[in-house]
Amino acid sequence: MRLSQGGLIDRAKPLRFSFDGKGYQGFAGDTLASALLANDVRLVGRSFKYHRPRGILTADSNEPNALMTIRRAVDEPNVRATTQELYEGLEARSQNAWPALGFDLLGMNDLLAPFLGAGFYYKTFMWPKSFWERVYEPFIRRAAGLGALSKAPDRGRYDKAFAHCDLLVIGGGPAGLMAALVAGRAGADVILADEDTRLGGRLLAEREEIDGGPALDWVEEATAELRALPNVRLMTRTTVTGAYDGGTYGALERVSQHLASPAGHAPIETFWRIVARRAILAAGAHERPIAFPNNDRPGVMLASAVRAYVNRWGVAPGKRVAVFGQGADAERTARDLRAAGVELAEVITDRVTGTNGRLGLEEILVPDGDGARGINCDCLAVAGGWNPAVHLTCHMGARPVWRDDLAAFVPAEGAVPGLTPAGACAGAFSTAACLSGGARVAGAILEDLGLSAPKPDLPEAEDGGYTITPIWHVEGKGRAWLDFQNDVTVKDVKQSATEGFRSVEHMKRYTTQGMATDQGKNSNVAALAVLADATGRTIPETGTTTFRPPYTPINIAALGAGALDKGFAPERHLTSHAASVARGAPMIEAGLWYRPSYFPAPGEQTWREACDREVTMVRQAVGVADVSTLGKIDIQGPDAGKFLDFVYTNTFSTLKEGRVRYGLMLREDGHVMDDGTTARLGAQQYLMTTTTAAAGQVMAHLDWVRQALMPGADVQIASVTEHWAQFAVAGPKAGAVLASVLDDWAPGDWPFMSCGAVSVSGVAGRLFRISFSGEQGYEIAVPARFGESLFRLLVAQAEALGGGPYGMEALNVLRIEKGFITHAEIHGRVTAFDIGMGRMVSAKKDCVGKTMSERPGLSGPEREQMVGLKPAGSVKQLTGGAHLFEAGARATAANSQGYVTSVGFSPTLGCFLGQGFLRNGRARHGETVRMVDHVRGVEAMCEVCDPVFYDPEGGRMRG
Amino acid sequence: MRLPCPICGERDVREFTYKGHAVALDRPAPNAGDAAWEDYVHLRENPAGETRELWYHGGGCGAWIVVRRNTVTHEVLGAELASEVAE
Repeated sequence: MRLSQGGLIDRAKPLRFSFDGKGYQGFAGDTLASALLANDVRLVGRSFKYHRPRGILTADSNEPNALMTIRRAVDEPNVRATTQELYEGLEARSQNAWPALGFDLLGMNDLLAPFLGAGFYYKTFMWPKSFWERVYEPFIRRAAGLGALSKAPDRGRYDKAFAHCDLLVIGGGPAGLMAALVAGRAGADVILADEDTRLGGRLLAEREEIDGGPALDWVEEATAELRALPNVRLMTRTTVTGAYDGGTYGALERVSQHLASPAGHAPIETFWRIVARRAILAAGAHERPIAFPNNDRPGVMLASAVRAYVNRWGVAPGKRVAVFGQGADAERTARDLRAAGVELAEVITDRVTGTNGRLGLEEILVPDGDGARGINCDCLAVAGGWNPAVHLTCHMGARPVWRDDLAAFVPAEGAVPGLTPAGACAGAFSTAACLSGGARVAGAILEDLGLSAPKPDLPEAEDGGYTITPIWHVEGKGRAWLDFQNDVTVKDVKQSATEGFRSVEHMKRYTTQGMATDQGKNSNVAALAVLADATGRTIPETGTTTFRPPYTPINIAALGAGALDKGFAPERHLTSHAASVARGAPMIEAGLWYRPSYFPAPGEQTWREACDREVTMVRQAVGVADVSTLGKIDIQGPDAGKFLDFVYTNTFSTLKEGRVRYGLMLREDGHVMDDGTTARLGAQQYLMTTTTAAAGQVMAHLDWVRQALMPGADVQIASVTEHWAQFAVAGPKAGAVLASVLDDWAPGDWPFMSCGAVSVSGVAGRLFRISFSGEQGYEIAVPARFGESLFRLLVAQAEALGGGPYGMEALNVLRIEKGFITHAEIHGRVTAFDIGMGRMVSAKKDCVGKTMSERPGLSGPEREQMVGLKPAGSVKQLTGGAHLFEAGARATAANSQGYVTSVGFSPTLGCFLGQGFLRNGRARHGETVRMVDHVRGVEAMCEVCDPVFYDPEGGRMRG
Repeated sequence: MRLPCPICGERDVREFTYKGHAVALDRPAPNAGDAAWEDYVHLRENPAGETRELWYHGGGCGAWIVVRRNTVTHEVLGAELASEVAE
């Protein structure tokens, strides 16, 4: 019921909203929870396991019951009604009830409760094993669930952001505000983050005075002063979710979920990484419930929440409210209810032994002589004492410390380096203690940071002491709930101890206590007390479970902001990309690169037709392919040759200027790392090419060798992959194409494996007479900005001579025909010996990997050696990944003699060709082996061959 | 986690890649024998406490650096250029 006056709501701004399809009205400033209570909606959800009716328990992010699905672009489940701000048109739905919240058939689970206690699942759903995934789990998931995901892809915008500061203040209550004021005034770079919509913390929910006036006036002044300071950044709706190494904090900012129509460009949420030289934890404390029989009925609420609804939102959570608790909290709750004109039923300081009511509280039971007496009320405010919010101090492994006088855990000293707790989360509960604590801690940090801060005038505030004799649970008939969200009762925890799960970690897992989305914030300490009692230990002896990030749940989409689709895998495009796409070439991914797969001609139905045509075109005329994805590393300096001699197995210092050589590179463990050609462009300049796949790895490796293994060498290296566009021009007519494109150029001056400067219509380029196809081949490079023009020009000239562009498929077939290798062959587990290049490891010098490559077992007949494969039986198809067996052997793993690495149909030879590795393969040319592909169900007899199928003498390449 | 690159200053760990213990700087002579090479290539301590490890600033200046770090407390105690350590 809405009170006639009071509260931090704007009664001039009514807002319409709906819950389970029924329309209601609230005001600007309401949360969904306060608006529901204002409309006397008390039943807001069903419990996880027993489907018990549940109501709102808290007024903050700890809420275990009021979880709802909010309609958004993509519906968001499990939103806490207590933190969801009201907006015009908000649509909320209850969860975990079927068919309806008021009549939930699965409520029968509650009648079965004697059989559904802790450990029920483990004991019941044991056999048959085949039922685990097919029957039991789907059933349990349906019966016991939170909100359901929409299963639609969430295309909403989430963002990530980074911030740095001198001081991060976590929490904007009296301690946090005071700390930020002190630090801000001293000129420190301050970020003040609070999960609430406005600063003030508990002061927003209490009737208190500071400096003789309403506490809220002080909050307003402090906020205004902080807002005016350019060195202070206020971040509301921002929950600091975790403390990490090096003063890094994660924080979730809710940017748009409180708006009826968010700005189009605004993210839904932003996940922040805040790096702070120092931090102050001013996260406050959480009031805890008391476990008494049937304490989960809608209407049973924390006393601090009752005061918040009355004072902050002008809502009476009931028509007749009783209070259960001791000391100042019970008194202050009774006082505030009276002041707001709400009928106070009674203040119970001893025991509440039970409750009655259908779908909501109607009566509580208290002891009366030998029996019990009923008290009519529809709301019970429970004050069970306070737990400091120690969570962030535990995120790096520290355990909190028990304080008997508070009957609560407080942060351990130095728990997180650079983070100091202040105020209620440090166990100082009064407003005066919070104000002075915040100021004192901030002052000490400023001194540490070398900033001088004048001693602040502390405002005068309430300074009542805090004494507590905790009531953890009340015995009586009926179940008493500890963890509302996971339906864990006092009996479950006792049963856990009885069955031997006495360790708090075992108890947690056996009962699921504290494993819900509130992570036990409402219940862990009480459950610990029950376990301590059941096992005859003290609470500190019993220990505590570990609090881990995040402090409150975070949408995965926020953590993964920016990493969807192209954000996860950016696309690298060739300079010829648009021209290739315009020709209808399907693009294929090669790492992040996109390369043309083939260039379909009119009338071609399949990729094979295009591929066969392109291969033949290169063999008979000329083809043009973009090979810019290969890594290019510029190596310069007097010691460049010496450097290359050390990273390659073969020698490059002797390479003549204007010449190119193929090189092989090993890892230090003796296996092949990469291969490629390196050109000597000048006396002190080489240009290395790497494979596309290993470009980054090789660059890091060269940096490693130069800096760590050859620190004195006078050589510099730089990646120039992106700087040059490079095209292969291959085929008998390649020379003619180049002659038509290059200035003053004749093929006769360019023998095989030569390189040098050329001019393309006046643009300085480089030419390399190298071949990956086995035909007369060139690679021509120009600065990347000329790449697209050169590609178009080369293709046009090639087409005039009966040629054209070719793609990755044809490139692959051409190299297989020729026996050239790729990373399909040098996959990390092969040696130079295996690929038939053992003699490339120079005996005259050391190189990376040489010593280890000489180990026994890395060469010899027991090795799987590279071979060529040709179909030799009725099945004419070869498949990559298939295994090789002796002709008559069974196709078992134990009998495997090797495997196929690459295959392709060769239009030149008219059959499939393959490359693979076969035990002692080089000695077995001519032998017939059996290829079995268990995955695709293909089996073929193959002839073992030399890997070079086409033009083994190399006359076409050199010619 | 942030690492103090001697060239670029303190940078986010995502700019770096990890190689392993700084023992990789002590490459044995080719004739040092099997045991020395086995040690160098394959065997690593797993210290609880202070350690020296190699990181590559591939997302920055390209420097290999030797970082002193405590594996228990996660404290980063300092960093030097691998080229200077190696010389």
